[in-house]
Amino acid sequence: MLTSGAIDCDIHPGVPGIKTLLPYMSAHWQSAFIERGMDGFDPASYPPNAPISCRADWRVSGGKPGTDFAQLQRQALDHFGTRFAICNPLYGGPMAVSETMGAAICSATNDWIAAEWLARDPRLRASIVVPAQAPHLAVEEIERLASDQRFVQILLPAAAEMPYGKRYYWPIYQAAEKYDLPIGLHTGSLFRHAPTSNGWPSQYLHDYVAAHQVFEDQLLSLIYEGALTKFDRLRLVFLESGVTWLPGFLWRANKTWRGVRPEVPWVKAAPAELVRHHVRLTMQPLDAPPDAADLGFVLDQLGSDDMLLFATDYPHWQFDGDAALPAGIDAGLVRKMMVDNPLATYARLGK
Amino acid sequence: MTRHVVAAVRDLPPGGRKLFSVRGRPIAVFNLEGQFYGLLNRCPHQGGSLCEGLLTGLVLADTPGEYRMERAGEIIRCPWHGWEFDIRTGQSWCEPDKIAVRQFPVQATSGQALVQGPYVAETIAVSVEEHYIVVEI
Ligand code: FES
Repeated sequence: MLTSGAIDCDIHPGVPGIKTLLPYMSAHWQSAFIERGMDGFDPASYPPNAPISCRADWRVSGGKPGTDFAQLQRQALDHFGTRFAICNPLYGGPMAVSETMGAAICSATNDWIAAEWLARDPRLRASIVVPAQAPHLAVEEIERLASDQRFVQILLPAAAEMPYGKRYYWPIYQAAEKYDLPIGLHTGSLFRHAPTSNGWPSQYLHDYVAAHQVFEDQLLSLIYEGALTKFDRLRLVFLESGVTWLPGFLWRANKTWRGVRPEVPWVKAAPAELVRHHVRLTMQPLDAPPDAADLGFVLDQLGSDDMLLFATDYPHWQFDGDAALPAGIDAGLVRKMMVDNPLATYARLGK
Repeated sequence: MTRHVVAAVRDLPPGGRKLFSVRGRPIAVFNLEGQFYGLLNRCPHQGGSLCEGLLTGLVLADTPGEYRMERAGEIIRCPWHGWEFDIRTGQSWCEPDKIAVRQFPVQATSGQALVQGPYVAETIAVSVEEHYIVVEI
């Protein structure tokens, strides 16, 4: 298979429910969840029964997508010949309104992933999920797990309470640099602020199609607030952003920066250069042009071969059969996406 | 190279700028504390008239959130889209190696030295007592 030996930078083991996480919680939180009867911390971005949430042949009988270990192992790892796969569990810890409850769910999710997934297959790696609503607690969680080299990234929802360039979030970036952990921004939000800059959409369709917009906002914020100047070694991985929105954004950001640069004098390189240095993007889903022959041209506009990372986005339904690699990408870039770029992005994979 | 006398020095005091047409070329001449600099008055972006731009300094920062103005009066911002150019070198701030305005050498020369020639003075008469701004093309 073409993907043999590839590093899959985005797969999603499913958290079956809060009950699964209870053994990884303190006595207080165990009783709090049981007494209050709280469950259902699945983010609204992937409603379990929506077709996009799971490919038909990857559904788990009687369970939520991605919750069957052996099935994931067979379908996501064995089948594609995967060398490493990075688990990005999407569950409510980073989003809970209560900071401390969010932190408890995150810690439990991380410990559960380590014990029940990472420990059972040496090909698996994971992101540290952190409470995005409480950067100080996010840093504590990073500190707690940083010595475990199987955690290769810090995962945040693409949008939180404020734009990510604000200094409120800088302690997370400081910890990320300190421990050589890229920050993965995964499509999604705290699901209590309007998901578009234009207010609340009425349809899931609108919400889903518009989801890449927030990546533009976050980039602008991270660049102009000076976060990327301050944290030169910080790497950001945009997970499920769709990729091809980026070239037009870079042109616009560069053009405007040239004229209004004195407003942000700490930005000393053109935005496109900063983005090429700091940002990586996973390749599923990919918003490709209708004619595969045009895809290479579109990707060339990124101006760098180092930015794209292979991913299946398992079990989300982004492609059929074995077509994890979109048609129209040249062999050299395919190799970089599958191996070289992930290894360069996730320093810990090489250790 | 021909020396073109475009104005008397006293007509362009320090901090001033003026547009001249020299052999059909629009040339913006700047006086920075007694030193004269000439730039083609056509922004390399889309041709904006640099002479009409904001004469300002370079806003710099060592760290995010800091603002520091240096080299006051030595930077011209194009009136059309705000690109910044270094009057002393013609270089753009954003891409100094790739984007620059064409420069023309400008000197202050005494009338005494000029009359020994050769020079061209299309619009003013040269007298030995005065000092003149001379553009070389
Ligand atoms: S024409 Fe000068 S900046 Fe556009």
